[in-house]
Amino acid sequence: MRFVSEFRNPELGRALAHQIRELADPGHHYKVMEVCGGHTHSIYKYGLEDLLPDNVELVHGPGCPVCVIPMGRVDDALDIARRPEVIFTCFGDMMRVPGSDATLLHAKAEGADVRMVYSPLDALRLARENPDRQVVFFAVGFETTAPSTALTMIRARAEGITNFSVFCNHVTIVPPLRALMESPDLRLDGFLGPGHVSTVVGARPFGFLPADYKKPVVISGFEPTDVMQSVCMLLTQLAEGRCEVENQYTRVVPWEGNPNAMRVLAEVFALRPHFEWRGLGFISQSGLAIRDDYADQDAEQRFTVPGVRVADPKACQCGEVLKGVIKPYECKVFGSACTPETPIGTCMVSSEGACAAYYNFGRFNREKQLVS
Amino acid sequence: MCLAIPGQVVEITAADDGLALVDIAGVRRSTNVSLVDGPGQGVQPGDWVLVHVGFAMSVIDEHEAAATLRLLQDMGEEFELEMAEIRDSVDA
Repeated sequence: MRFVSEFRNPELGRALAHQIRELADPGHHYKVMEVCGGHTHSIYKYGLEDLLPDNVELVHGPGCPVCVIPMGRVDDALDIARRPEVIFTCFGDMMRVPGSDATLLHAKAEGADVRMVYSPLDALRLARENPDRQVVFFAVGFETTAPSTALTMIRARAEGITNFSVFCNHVTIVPPLRALMESPDLRLDGFLGPGHVSTVVGARPFGFLPADYKKPVVISGFEPTDVMQSVCMLLTQLAEGRCEVENQYTRVVPWEGNPNAMRVLAEVFALRPHFEWRGLGFISQSGLAIRDDYADQDAEQRFTVPGVRVADPKACQCGEVLKGVIKPYECKVFGSACTPETPIGTCMVSSEGACAAYYNFGRFNREKQLVS
Repeated sequence: MCLAIPGQVVEITAADDGLALVDIAGVRRSTNVSLVDGPGQGVQPGDWVLVHVGFAMSVIDEHEAAATLRLLQDMGEEFELEMAEIRDSVDA
């Protein structure tokens, strides 16, 4: 257990590992899905799988916003970015996500004005500074990130900035979880709920998992101790025959979420009837569209985009990784044709993606395990 | 983009616009704090907040800030990359 020494409180880490062993029924194989890419990262980075008994398996979920963007939407982004009047802005991670024929990084090399921004506020600043250009922000992310886009759009309106628009790809976390529960591929015992999304939406939206599907949820922080404690809380619920939403990350996540953030989301966005997710297909009411009231800032209305649905590359098994059906290393192209330097699938692009996290950390632990 | 990094409010720069100067691991950046503002509970200089893509998402205590920062520093390259992006956004 060498990794325990990296815990904030190594003794607590050891105690939790012991407690989990005690709680786990040896006759049952537990499958616990961690929804958030940040958890996946911690699990691989700290080798938490090695601390758990063999019959407690962590399964990676769909909570990496970069990973779930389908190829067709990247193509639409490229189409907008290649227009001469456009300054196209996006987060660094999105630069390397492959479209059908290129990435935004390629488009930039070929002369498109693509700029990486840290914040949508920086995209708005570019619009302010370049009144004769059209500045478009490629908005991605779950409820954690969407309020930032919404506030930026409200700000643009207040300032009367007319050359700023948003290509909106924001998604919501509940519909894909429901889709997973309806999927016959997967049998899960419970969920580690996402920490940062929950600071915005609170704990209540996850109530459908115990209510409709009899699956307990523990909203978890990101430190190794947090993840271990959350697994422990989940197994305790299962052992005691309880099934509810619990919040391990109370020091950051209020039960009610953030009312300010929910208010700006409701002001600017409405649910799309359906939205395509990479590997998961179309999921109803899972994406955010810009409300008619803010249509003047909607890049999809300002520019005509191809809007063509593109099938995922055949070799790529991101869909199965995102659903937790296979582990990253079980994908045919993992680590060979698909690496963080030359990703085929989105899960290898973002460092929060299960494949990249496994490639960077997990495989070394596994190699060590296989050797010993 | 997925990281939320602890920062300490240095000063409220434009209260009406919800903007504050926040020290994020040594980089001072204009940050929107209106999501964590409420009637009579606005953030003050010295407060710690979790910053995600230029917006404060929640107010945290100093102990939590220090622990989270340590976790992020542990990440290595990924955290360095995010900090470089924040630095570039300030210099731009």
